Amino acid sequence: MGNEIVVTEQLAAEHGLTAEEYARVRGILGRDPTFTELGIFSVQWSEHCSYKSSRIHLKRLPTGGPQVVEGPGENAGVVDIGEGLCAVFKIESHNHPSFVEPFQGAATGVGGILRDIFTMGARPIAVLDSLRFGPVTAAPGVAPDVVARNRRILDGVIRGISFYGNCFGVPTVGGEIEFEPCYSRNPLVNVLALGVARRDGLFLAKARGENNPVVYVGARTGRDGIHGASLLASAEFDERSAEKRPNVQVADPFMEKLLLEACLEAMASGAVVAIQDMGAAGLTCSTSEMASRGGTGIEIDLARVPRRESGMTPYEIMLSESQERMLLVAERGRQGELMDVFRKWGLEAVEIGKVTADGQMRVLEAGRVTAEIPAHPLCEEGPAYARPIAAPAPKPAPLADFALEGKPLTEGLERVLASPSIASKRWVWEQYDYTVRTNTVLGPGRADAAVMRVKETGRGLALSTDGNGRWCRLDPYLGAMHAVAESARNVAASGARPLAATNCLNFGNPEKPEVMWQFSRAIDGVAAACRALGTPITGGNVSFYNETLGEPIDPTPVIGILGLLDDVSTALGMRFRAEGDVVVLLDAAAPDAASVPREILAREFSSTEYAKTARGVVAGLPPAIDLAAEKRLVDLLVQLASERLVVSAHDLSAGGLAVTLAESAFGASGLAPVVELAGDAPAESALFGERGARAVVSVEPARLARLQAAAAKYGVQAHELGRVAREGFRIAYNDREIVRAPVARLEEIWSGSLERALVLPLPAAG
Amino acid sequence: MKFGVVVFPGSNCDHDAHHAAGAVLGQSVEYVWHQSENLDGLDAVILPGGFSYGDYLRTGAIARFSPVLRAVERFARRGGLVLGVCNGFQILLEAGLLPGAMLRNRGLRFVCRDVWIRVESADTAFTCAARPGQVLRVPIAHSDGNYVAEPETLRELDRSGRILFRYVTPDGRADDAGNPNGSMANIAGILNEGRNVLGMMPHPERAVETLMGSADGLVIFRSMAESLVRQAQRMTA
Repeated sequence: MGNEIVVTEQLAAEHGLTAEEYARVRGILGRDPTFTELGIFSVQWSEHCSYKSSRIHLKRLPTGGPQVVEGPGENAGVVDIGEGLCAVFKIESHNHPSFVEPFQGAATGVGGILRDIFTMGARPIAVLDSLRFGPVTAAPGVAPDVVARNRRILDGVIRGISFYGNCFGVPTVGGEIEFEPCYSRNPLVNVLALGVARRDGLFLAKARGENNPVVYVGARTGRDGIHGASLLASAEFDERSAEKRPNVQVADPFMEKLLLEACLEAMASGAVVAIQDMGAAGLTCSTSEMASRGGTGIEIDLARVPRRESGMTPYEIMLSESQERMLLVAERGRQGELMDVFRKWGLEAVEIGKVTADGQMRVLEAGRVTAEIPAHPLCEEGPAYARPIAAPAPKPAPLADFALEGKPLTEGLERVLASPSIASKRWVWEQYDYTVRTNTVLGPGRADAAVMRVKETGRGLALSTDGNGRWCRLDPYLGAMHAVAESARNVAASGARPLAATNCLNFGNPEKPEVMWQFSRAIDGVAAACRALGTPITGGNVSFYNETLGEPIDPTPVIGILGLLDDVSTALGMRFRAEGDVVVLLDAAAPDAASVPREILAREFSSTEYAKTARGVVAGLPPAIDLAAEKRLVDLLVQLASERLVVSAHDLSAGGLAVTLAESAFGASGLAPVVELAGDAPAESALFGERGARAVVSVEPARLARLQAAAAKYGVQAHELGRVAREGFRIAYNDREIVRAPVARLEEIWSGSLERALVLPLPAAG
Repeated sequence: MKFGVVVFPGSNCDHDAHHAAGAVLGQSVEYVWHQSENLDGLDAVILPGGFSYGDYLRTGAIARFSPVLRAVERFARRGGLVLGVCNGFQILLEAGLLPGAMLRNRGLRFVCRDVWIRVESADTAFTCAARPGQVLRVPIAHSDGNYVAEPETLRELDRSGRILFRYVTPDGRADDAGNPNGSMANIAGILNEGRNVLGMMPHPERAVETLMGSADGLVIFRSMAESLVRQAQRMTA
């Protein structure tokens, strides 16, 4: 097959293929691969594209349900949202590129997931970002130059997301940002996109119909992003990470916007048989996967592929990850109609090949065969590993004590509110256009979940992303269950019934047995919680090798849950609404859970945001979780909203009851809670403990009895804590006032702290 | 009455403008492709927000050369109502249909938030249904909304009552605290000499339903429809 570089086992090893994998390649081909074929196998069988370390574990996730239209395996998950419409959604990571080149890395992360959505025929209507960075404020054990770099990474990532989403015209409406030292050299950028499509207008990536033309559309192919999937996303970082900058792709959101409009218009013509975007592994992935899924073959001629520069080899063209490109299969004889649509939008569209019946992915270079690989084995018979698993040795650490018993806790609350992970992210989300397309009913900071309306039906879609790396480090099984439960709680607090989930699994090097143990335990946790809460996993991605210089990140499964409101006007915000309303704590845990032994309380307390922020302790275990209780609370919250029984709802999570009460008061024009708590637990645990299955609602006094009746029906305790007033923020515990502050002061600390942190001068290095 | 919404490659508020004028206001609306030079049958034209042609060079700098802009210029000269929102405003500035220019926002970052703007005159086709001094809550979403002009131009705009909207605090004060982007004289929207072309950075089309947080922007579309009806009545009278 021509005079290319001769492929040896050594060269295969340099491409990341093990000796066994290379042997398997030779087995599939029945000969030595060409250089181009080696490149194709190396990206298609990379961790990023083949899920070779995760596949056997992912099978344990629940993926089915009557609401699920398409589960994992397509470009995105699809669920039915009634009246002939579907929600199409998925979360994906772009972690490594965002460390090497934060602006372009984050921007192309947004672009990639948006293409996954509109590839299926859905118009994107919302984006959420789940981000993790190293500390951006001076912290013990963190060098000033590291803090400075973390700030630069954060700034680049935010600007990248803003640049891409704003220009494309999709509102960025929510997400989360947390800060831990483990993310200093490995930030996480997980982007979730949601779209809406007609159920009868969905498009799948299955190449069908012999001799149907294969059409390339969008940006030209350049040398950018070659081996992005295999070298960047499937290996750890070291000191030379900056040298990988050329592996990061460059973003062009305007081109993507044109692609969106042109593809939706082309799809509406009825002349599109199948379509897939060119993301990771570019032409390689899109051709082989469309053929494999369709049970067909595809033949393309690279001489027809539009290129940015001359002299590109077949290897480079097949592996390029240039952005904003699509590959589609047209109905034979109707490609002219499609060409007209793309021409109208000023896009280059070229017929580069055809669907064949022989199951081969055949790549020609001006008529000469440069690669010929059976598509199905390439995509489906790649390696799958049951990698060794070993629980790490426990690292006992001293627990936090309840030192402030009987003392005021106002200062502790202020410190938690100022912590960058808890503080308002307004400075960030004001850089995102969150109102474009006029569907944002409850945008960033307004509710526990972002709530979008569906214009066609008057229904609503709620979305929340959640993850807690600190808890997953202490116990990946419990931590993962909490991530799912919190996401479901958030969605339900906004009034929506949780429908389905997507997950982004961020972990270290899977070749380390301890990392694989974390992964496996986290999968079990996600699976158990998704089963209990009735939210099947419909898609997502796995991001391994999140480590630098041998130090893995905290295991960070991020869960995105989608919920449905039958009537979007019943959506609930988190803010108190009126003076005199009653503040009620809903607690779905069994009544005897209130008298937890003190040593267990201390263990759970030591893993809280408060223990970390106010005491510098990260130890113990996440709180025990009762999934049945979580489900009862979720069901109750959904009913309260749909019957308009409460006026605000906010779940308890990081920062505990005190932070939930404070956030319910912020933005509420001076309204604040005056509440009295009672119990056996130490005050710090009562205020800042993070046990789940709880939420704070406010209710008009006249409706309190109905609220209590509804709560009783679901087996949820409804504790009347106090009322909404204009007397400052006040919490008494066992008849002693332990927090008292003007709400404006607390709000100022919470709302300005992140911005102040990012502009504060750093102490001189040295 | 018939509204036209121009679609440039990269327009991303075209659907929103269509929704506001059509589904919400109840007028008939059609899209106008950027290569069209034909605005026949339209009573008002909206240049929507977005990133026309990508706006990689300078906002609105390429759109001004599009065929549809030639038609919009003729339409405006004949007295047709033209509303440019956000990128539409930037295009009108580049095209010379309105005076002045845009700089990066004072904070050098994209800003998306609700702002308050004060109706400086209710004696226009865009505000006849509003009260003078009325404060409207509408969102902004832009990087380049920091309006600048020669001192002489500013004086002339002010003197001739062509500063139609100013950024203000929620209680209506046009001071620095109410100014989200550094615009001179807190300018949020201006008229041409003929008072039939309005450019504004805030997005009234995003504030036409209480469900979305504010319906204050609707008064601008209602004013346009009402003044067009009156104009039509005068012509038939």
